[in-house]
Amino acid sequence: MTNLTDLVDRLAAAESNRQPISPLTDYHPGLSVDEAYEVEDQLIERRISRGEKVVGAKVGLTSKAKQHRMGVDVPIFGWLTDAMQLSTEEPLQTDVLLHPRVEPEIAFVLSETLSGPEITAHDVLDATRWVCGGLEVIDSRYEDFRFRLPDVVADNTSAARFSLGNLRVPPDRLELDMLGVLLEHGSKIVASAAGAAVLGHPAAAAACLANHLGNRGRALEAGWVVLTGGLTDAVPLAAGSHVTATFAHLGTVAIHSCL
Amino acid sequence: MDQDTRTEASRALLDALRARQPIQPLSESYPGINIDDAYEIQLIGVRTEIESGRVVRGHKVGLTSQAMQTMLGVHEPDYGHLFDNMFFPEGSSVSIELFLQPRVEIEVAFVLGERLAGPGVTVADVLRATDFVCPSIEIIDSRIVDWKITLADTIADNGSSAGVVLGGRRTRLDGLDLRTIGTVLRRNGSIVETGASGAVLGNPANAVAWLANKVAAFGVALEPGHVILPGACTRAVDVEGGDVFRADFDGLGHVSIAFPREATE
Repeated sequence: MTNLTDLVDRLAAAESNRQPISPLTDYHPGLSVDEAYEVEDQLIERRISRGEKVVGAKVGLTSKAKQHRMGVDVPIFGWLTDAMQLSTEEPLQTDVLLHPRVEPEIAFVLSETLSGPEITAHDVLDATRWVCGGLEVIDSRYEDFRFRLPDVVADNTSAARFSLGNLRVPPDRLELDMLGVLLEHGSKIVASAAGAAVLGHPAAAAACLANHLGNRGRALEAGWVVLTGGLTDAVPLAAGSHVTATFAHLGTVAIHSCL
Repeated sequence: MDQDTRTEASRALLDALRARQPIQPLSESYPGINIDDAYEIQLIGVRTEIESGRVVRGHKVGLTSQAMQTMLGVHEPDYGHLFDNMFFPEGSSVSIELFLQPRVEIEVAFVLGERLAGPGVTVADVLRATDFVCPSIEIIDSRIVDWKITLADTIADNGSSAGVVLGGRRTRLDGLDLRTIGTVLRRNGSIVETGASGAVLGNPANAVAWLANKVAAFGVALEPGHVILPGACTRAVDVEGGDVFRADFDGLGHVSIAFPREATE
């Protein structure tokens, strides 16, 4: 059994010192995924004790390509707090991050609590107040984004910041798997995708998250935001850049980073 | 390159197409080949096809994504001609033996209602001239061994074009956002690529305008009824014998094609 508190310390220090670390599994090869979720939970407990509030949860490793690169066939799950949310037009301070990247996602805001296991994509849609476009800023606390599965789980799945679009649409009339998104960096189109890129359907990704939490005695709470996973590859976000995601039916979400 | 050499290169490509035997890159066999040579070689091939009874039914635009342009080190698209014998019915089975090393791409196909003659064609002209758009799968193929293509190679090789499958459902442009039409490509039921229509130069109508102006330099116009494939919404996917592909387009419908190992009768 690994001393988990020591791992929590290392990750917290990497974030606050802006000093990326080598993967935990380099020196703790036996670190299990279950233990990694414990580390993730302890990191969030520390944030809560500092006054932050959990406002939602996120799904990662949702694309076949990313899972293949990591040699896994399951998505991963992390926590979102109020301190991570950028308000509209709030510039992103890249100087407090390590090496941020950004990816477009479809976000759900829940009207009802979802307690797994056995939650389906339909249950998710029933419990969703509205859907909106989102941009997630991920920022691994590991050098060069190099990690194994337990490492990235322990690191709260690289969660750093997120921004939600202001156009909020009830899910009833949206075909979310067919919904297109275009990602622009400056004036260049860098990627495009459709909602099916995340586990076939964004609601299926949210259902996986609810079931994962259910197995750990937790739930997705009413009012929470669910980020359902990057639709495209993540794009590096240097200081002074401007990234826009344009969604079919959901408008645009933009992040500008400070110089 | 002189005209005789261009004719020789064109013949080598047409022979490769007919025999389904790829050749070495022209950029290696003819190191001095430039872009003008390449388009001339393509046009010699087009004249040869027309002499043997083929009819030009449209054009395809290629290299429209940032990723492809970066890969080939170019800053503009290229194009090729679509002949009548390259159109396959939707849902049909096409023997993989017809091709050398085929790949598929998903595209929002434009069908013109009016003639577009450059130079000076604007996106507004394209939107006015378009009769409808429909779902399509483009089959691309290279007559160059292992797809070892430079820009000149693919231009000379008719833009690496090989086939088109058009979906029969037509949609007018009114109210359509040509930038964000979501597209999903499945191979044998599994999702292999997703994309959005704006991956093509920001808007596929931009690609049609570019094409109209580009072909004008060769005295060619885009004709009513012509099908324009403006470029791929996703990466190209290799085809293997036995594959069935299905492409879905948000609001436009879907189209599918099967590639059995043997010809089916």
